[in-house]
Amino acid sequence: MAITMHVDIVSAEESVFSGTASFVLARSSDGELGVMPRHVPLLAQLQPGEVMLRDEFDEEHFYYASGGLIEVQPHVVTVLADTASRARDLDEAAAQQAKKRAEQAIENRSGDMDYARAQAELVEAAAQLRTIQTLRRRKGQG
Amino acid sequence: MSAGKEIRTKIRSIQNTRKITNAMEMVAASKMRKAQQRMDQARPYADKIRQVIRHLAHANPEYRHSYLEAREVRRVGYIVVSSDRGLCGGLNNNLFRQLVRSMKAQEEAGIGVDVCTIGSRASQFFGRWGGNLVAETSQIGDRPNLQDVVGPIQTMLERFDNGDIDELRVCYNTFVNAMTQRPTEETILPLPQQEEAETSHGWDYVYEPSAPEVLDDLLRRYVESVIYQSVVENIACEQAARMVAMKAASDNADKLIDELQLAYNKARQAAITTELTEIISGAAAV
Repeated sequence: MAITMHVDIVSAEESVFSGTASFVLARSSDGELGVMPRHVPLLAQLQPGEVMLRDEFDEEHFYYASGGLIEVQPHVVTVLADTASRARDLDEAAAQQAKKRAEQAIENRSGDMDYARAQAELVEAAAQLRTIQTLRRRKGQG
Repeated sequence: MSAGKEIRTKIRSIQNTRKITNAMEMVAASKMRKAQQRMDQARPYADKIRQVIRHLAHANPEYRHSYLEAREVRRVGYIVVSSDRGLCGGLNNNLFRQLVRSMKAQEEAGIGVDVCTIGSRASQFFGRWGGNLVAETSQIGDRPNLQDVVGPIQTMLERFDNGDIDELRVCYNTFVNAMTQRPTEETILPLPQQEEAETSHGWDYVYEPSAPEVLDDLLRRYVESVIYQSVVENIACEQAARMVAMKAASDNADKLIDELQLAYNKARQAAITTELTEIISGAAAV
């Protein structure tokens, strides 16, 4: 059995995942971040995107986090997400719609405040779509 | 039979009141269950972020965030969490009483006090009682969002950053069980110091993108999560207290109705007896 670490994924509303994993992949502000057990302590900001973790049976699980923080200790990884969900719970149609809406808002912008929010929404919707596509690609391979 | 009629109207009005208190009791019971659920759901996040903060206190960061440094206290900021509506027993009053005691102690020590209220009961109270009210929010409803409480938190954090206040506390009711709610006062900022931090190994986190940015983000989230948790907990307390208060009100109404019913029966019987006596004595006289 591979060496494992404890992983918790929590959002402000609920605990999404709690268990062991041998590898965690997240999207931090500086790019993709792969964590294996006995990683050096690390605190990083998360970008909207998928969080992938591989359990001790080499199965991959996908989650979606809309930003937040990740804390890495040698044997404990904690993902403090703003909102998190299992990737298969994501709604592709809704994400497409949100993206379209945000793009429209950016095109005919009215105020700075709206523009900033629309941009944040666009980033989030795009990240959700990317997560869905990654998940589908993996499924196609498997 | 004028006395009898008066009593009957009174009984009917108390019966109507009892119907209302009974309904409110049942509504509060079901709302309490939901509020408790939300409280439990918010708990993992609060626990985890507390854990991260504890780790952080053990580390030896090169960059010391101002939220981690205790400074001389000249002014204290209170965030008071109360309910929006009344009819929930002594819940709010117990909290305010404890708060006033603590504030008086501060003032005697020459320490100024700023207040920020969540929920309309607290802002009403401090409007009457006095005190330097710097921010308020109300009508957050039964299902609060984090966004609803960010405003007052922002104000208080800004004051802390500017050095207007040197300590930030939160006051709310902790949910012990459905019958017991305990008024609680907690210091949020500066974070409690860890004594053994000196003896631990000199390790530090790797920060991405940079220590100030990440710590700023983390500590802000920490404060938000503590306040959010206390708001959610206070709502559960409010519903529990209302349930108990309404149960007591219904019981009192029952007792009153019983007493009035007895008085009514007696009055009716007395009237009948008088009438009979009058008829009989009238017949005897003829």
